[in-house]
Amino acid sequence: MARHGVAVSPFVTGSSTDGVVAATMADPEVEFPVVAKLCGRAIAHKTERGLVRLRLTDEAELRSACDELLAAARPDDGEVELLVSSMVAGNRELIAGLTTDPQFGLVVMLGVGGILAEAVADVTFRLAPIGPADATEMIDELAGQKLLGEFRGEPAVDRPRLVDTLMALCSAGQHEAGLVSADINPLMIVDGRPVAVDALIEIEGEAP
Amino acid sequence: MTRNLTPLFDPKGIIITGVSSHPGKFGFVTLHNLLTSGYGGRVFAVGREPAEVLGHEVLGSIDDVPDGAADMVFICTPQKVNEDLLRAAAAKGVTAAFFAAAGYREAGPDGAEAERRLVALADELGIALAGPNGQGVVSTPSSMCAQIVAPYAPAGRIAIASQSGNFVSSFLNMAHHTGVGVSRAVAAGNAAVLGIVDYLEWFADDPETDVSLAYIESVDDGRSMFERLRPIAERQPIVVVKGGATEAGARAAASHTGALASDDKIFDGMCRQAGLIRAGDVEEGFEIAATFATQPVPSGNRTVVVTSVGGWGVAAVDAMAGSSLEVTALPSDLFDAIDAMLPPRWSKSNPIDMAGGETRDTVPEILGMVAGHPDVDAIVFLGLGIQSNTAAMMRNGRFFPDFGLERIVGFHERQDARYATAVAEISDRTGTPIVVATELADSHPDNPGPAAMRAAGKMCHASAGRAVRSLDALARRGAWLHSRGIKP
Repeated sequence: MARHGVAVSPFVTGSSTDGVVAATMADPEVEFPVVAKLCGRAIAHKTERGLVRLRLTDEAELRSACDELLAAARPDDGEVELLVSSMVAGNRELIAGLTTDPQFGLVVMLGVGGILAEAVADVTFRLAPIGPADATEMIDELAGQKLLGEFRGEPAVDRPRLVDTLMALCSAGQHEAGLVSADINPLMIVDGRPVAVDALIEIEGEAP
Repeated sequence: MTRNLTPLFDPKGIIITGVSSHPGKFGFVTLHNLLTSGYGGRVFAVGREPAEVLGHEVLGSIDDVPDGAADMVFICTPQKVNEDLLRAAAAKGVTAAFFAAAGYREAGPDGAEAERRLVALADELGIALAGPNGQGVVSTPSSMCAQIVAPYAPAGRIAIASQSGNFVSSFLNMAHHTGVGVSRAVAAGNAAVLGIVDYLEWFADDPETDVSLAYIESVDDGRSMFERLRPIAERQPIVVVKGGATEAGARAAASHTGALASDDKIFDGMCRQAGLIRAGDVEEGFEIAATFATQPVPSGNRTVVVTSVGGWGVAAVDAMAGSSLEVTALPSDLFDAIDAMLPPRWSKSNPIDMAGGETRDTVPEILGMVAGHPDVDAIVFLGLGIQSNTAAMMRNGRFFPDFGLERIVGFHERQDARYATAVAEISDRTGTPIVVATELADSHPDNPGPAAMRAAGKMCHASAGRAVRSLDALARRGAWLHSRGIKP
């Protein structure tokens, strides 16, 4: 996603607690507090399985969280890895994604996100690829426009950056071989800017 | 590539197969409808044996049709004989066929096989094949009602393509009711060869058509439909009504995106992206198309409501709440000009409630000023027909024509007709759409207000909410074109 221009929160990865903690301490962009997650190609919904640890404030907390996450891995998860990223803060969460429709092919979605995304179902779709006018209209179409304006002391969502994010997501969908579907959820609004905090990408022939 | 459908919609001569003297049979009805609509080309009725039906000669065989005299064949005969008939018609110079005949794909495996043979044969003969199992084709520029059912329709600028024949009839009946007419109408039937998109492509370049209206139930190749409709939607408004249950398709539901996708939401997004105007139902679809056919597309969304009574204005503003339309503040120079014309009790804001303060020329003058103002993009006008409605009770009461009633009734009726004429003239002159709404359009269509709207060829809506929904569609179209740098 980052390669196609989607803004992501700074992160490091590693297969062991020692390795990922050392990488965290060495990377000036990954700042405490951090979030640690257990990732694997067969792990789809991390939050539901308790594989995300938030607000880790120092090295000791990070170390113990990483140990616990590795211990929570199940045999059928296959190969797993630890991901540590800066804990980005924002009150608003959007969802952006791709899916392959049997009639219309690759489609791109924008919606109100977070853990309530499916319950709220405030989403809009377009066929990939999209132009800037299409992306702008997707943003304008969401029912939750109040979420996109100034909100609880935070600036309004930077719409041009959100347009860029949607176009970058489409580009990823078109150029990544075998991509069937993708979720960026949440697409957190940080100081008005959309930042991908977590993503699920489904590749053809692989279990999601 | 756009198919040449001119022989289907403007044939110089038509062969009808299956014509008999039985007035319940499709061949008879089609001949009747074609002769009744005043079709000006040559009509060759063909039956089992030479005869006369409706005073018209019936030939015993297509072989008796002069070479080159007909370019369209309308097939009402049983499936088994139709391949021979199509070959005979092609030999006479026919290049388009409408198959009303049934017994094809809709009739099971044998019918499906017959349909495959028919498609191959049409391809071999170079014939544009419409149907089979369709109700027919209407084309007012050719005064042609080639249909196995009613109705025909008044002439106008709307072209209709439908996957359901019933809705062709519904749309044509609405054209009768509103007086906003139709250029072409075709039922796709089984759409063995020609589908909705083929018709829409031809309509987009049809000089007789300003707006297309499509009823779609099933989509066979959505991506291709999108790719073909997007370029033509840039040059012609296309209103789409989508029928049929919506369900979550068989998508990868491991992702939230897959779980949130539904056929309806993706179809909706496709319409917006392609520039298609999606209507909520059949009535709204016709009314939006009729508004496109009779009003200019606004260059913005700043809307002024002009009304003779308060409540209607409130309803219009309520309806605008969920739309793209903005209830714009009255520009100060416009405010001053209106204030000078109306008594002090007028609303002094948008909606402009004239509060019964209008004299003989007030309504046309205010509409003209508002429509001509550079900071106003569109108008909703309410209250047409109200004077004539009062006059109708006087005209039909027992005191008429005494006590001065004849004079005042005449005045009221002239005024409403005048308002309707002024609306048409002002929107044409200024390029500002003026949508008009009164329930009298439905309840008292002969009221001089709505009647004069019909005579002027303009849509008169039956409620403020419906007028606003149609105007919203026009404004969204304007915004779609503007954001892509396309001139309306």
